[in-house]
Amino acid sequence: MSETAEHTDHHIDVKQFHPRAQAAIQNPKIRKNFRSAMDGLMSKRKAAFEGWDLETLRDLGANIRMRALANLPDLLEQLEKKLTENGVKVHWAVDGDEACRIVRDICKARDAKTVIKGKSMVSEEMELNHYLQEQDIEALESDLGEYIVQLADETPSHIIMPAIHKNTGEISQLLHDKTGTDLSNDVEYLTASARLQLREKFMNADVGVSGVNFAVAETGTLCLVENEGNGRMTTTVPPCHIAVTGIEKVVPTMEDLTGLLALLTRSATGQHITTYFNMISGPRKAEELDGPEEVHLVLVDNGRSSIYQDDELLDTLRCIRCGACMNHCPVYTRVGGHAYGTTYPGPIGKILMPHLIGLDEGRHLPTASSLCGACGEVCPVKIPIPDLLVRLRQESVDGDKLHPAKVRGHGAKRSTMEAMIWKGWAWMHASPGFYRFGTGAASKLRALQPASAGAWTDYRTAPKLAAKTLHQRMKERGQ
Amino acid sequence: MSSRETILQRLRNRTGGELTVPECDFSVLQRPDWSTAERVDRFERMIESVHGEVHRCTDDNWMNRLAEILATRGARNLLVAKTHEISQSLRNAGRNDLPELLIYDEPVHSWKGHLFNEVDASITSTRGGIAETGSLILWPTVDEPRLMSLVPPVHIAILKASELYTTFHEAMKAQNWSAGMPTNALLISGPSKTADIEQTLAYGVHGPKELIVLVIE
Ligand code: SF4
Repeated sequence: MSETAEHTDHHIDVKQFHPRAQAAIQNPKIRKNFRSAMDGLMSKRKAAFEGWDLETLRDLGANIRMRALANLPDLLEQLEKKLTENGVKVHWAVDGDEACRIVRDICKARDAKTVIKGKSMVSEEMELNHYLQEQDIEALESDLGEYIVQLADETPSHIIMPAIHKNTGEISQLLHDKTGTDLSNDVEYLTASARLQLREKFMNADVGVSGVNFAVAETGTLCLVENEGNGRMTTTVPPCHIAVTGIEKVVPTMEDLTGLLALLTRSATGQHITTYFNMISGPRKAEELDGPEEVHLVLVDNGRSSIYQDDELLDTLRCIRCGACMNHCPVYTRVGGHAYGTTYPGPIGKILMPHLIGLDEGRHLPTASSLCGACGEVCPVKIPIPDLLVRLRQESVDGDKLHPAKVRGHGAKRSTMEAMIWKGWAWMHASPGFYRFGTGAASKLRALQPASAGAWTDYRTAPKLAAKTLHQRMKERGQ
Repeated sequence: MSSRETILQRLRNRTGGELTVPECDFSVLQRPDWSTAERVDRFERMIESVHGEVHRCTDDNWMNRLAEILATRGARNLLVAKTHEISQSLRNAGRNDLPELLIYDEPVHSWKGHLFNEVDASITSTRGGIAETGSLILWPTVDEPRLMSLVPPVHIAILKASELYTTFHEAMKAQNWSAGMPTNALLISGPSKTADIEQTLAYGVHGPKELIVLVIE
């Protein structure tokens, strides 16, 4: 844990959100790619829930996740016990660096040179690919979207559709430049050529690394939701499978899966179910003919246990990573996923990332929202995202005595000037004489009021103080 | 202190208040009890909506249908289980309108290249299906290993209409999954697909390009 980070830091400066957002807004290609994708996803989601009692279903989703979180430490121990009985080796990592080292050590022990990867946002959090490359282990993404993003040396711009920021033409050019395929706008051809290249890799990879959507404690079962079959390939073809997951992903019972799965796929892509729902409970048995000989699970904390401390922030951990909040976010749709500069973009990123990177680094994230409330309305597990954004805004200016700030890096946006103005404001409102004097003086000096008030008046007219205060007018009316 | 202890201790000593454990009411997932015919209809509709095929057969004619399906695709061979009754009856049928039958009876590493490059189609049994979502339940076994339903470009599955459940919830309860799971289990609800290139659907990205279900009524 205390070993120094061996990582080269690949993070872009999260604080530079505003210039990146500006650039994105002025980029018609980004605007168009996101707009059309998000429109499609929103209408598909709506259609998929037709005929459902969605509110009751979302209540169930929220309750399943809350029940799991309420017993989190016990469930993690139960999961570990069951998986160990099933022959899976369980590892624990306090942060991303430790998780990377665990993966490296498993690879080194097997003398592994190549790793094939299924989609895993936690491994993005860990920056596992770069880490393994530095250790001379090739790590190749196999989810088509992730594969495209990796070829382009970019990061995913959406947690479900990593390459959503690119159109077919751009992808065709990229595949042509990097892998020599013909230029083509035929998606089937492009997909088929990727299949060919990746099949070779699946056959020869030494280790498969995947994420986990749900981990069931009662049976020791790791679940993976996917359409492509790359998750199945990654977890069955190589002789060793390493699953990485956040500690919050555990649920107590198999039954819980039914509620969460019904919500996840419909919320994410508007599918009633994905093509494959994998349930992995152990390595191959001696008499079995295929499947990995070794299965590992790496449980990653990376800031989650801090979120767990606070009753309100805890709701963040209910997330099942469906992406619906970003699909419905007016800010995300306009600036795209890369503007945020974080592993998780959009509303979930705004409430999760400040805990992972600190609120000083992520100071602009909670304010990158109009608080329109769409995210909270669609969230399948009813996370009150707008409330959490307000809470994090308070934390970033250190709130007040009633709400002591807790999040790492809190107070980064606090300005002494602003704090003093509010103090004065509070004091004035508590002293009637000064209040009358102050408002009266302000009305008299209204001509001196500046016409612009920074960014606020860029797109709005500044409100003007009335010539007379309310008190004065009431007095004139003899009341 | 190990990382395991560090994490568990932080979770156990949380600073917030006592967490309440809410009740979970799964009744919202229940559907009216469909008849077998209704389930088959729904299953067929769902599978077809995701580019899969359903053929309604009987115990007597499924092999004819299978032969036709394989012939139209020009399949050179068909991967079958070692001992399952489907495999037994195919092998005992002595038909000459079926392609070469390949038997999965060796550990995969001894014939991986062949499996990945030379096998045209496979046939497996199922542990039932789910009408609501159009899903097949598979628990790969020693006899029908995992890769049978994944690597060949055409996967043919046999589903008994009587083993079609209405919902995932019902199937799981009826088969008592919480008592313990096999090393690998899965739901398959169509051929492998992706929409990662500009939301355009393409099939067979990593797994089978075609999923064909023979429903035995
Ligand atoms: S916060 Fe809610 S809507 Fe957003 S990804 Fe998580 S579960 Fe989905």
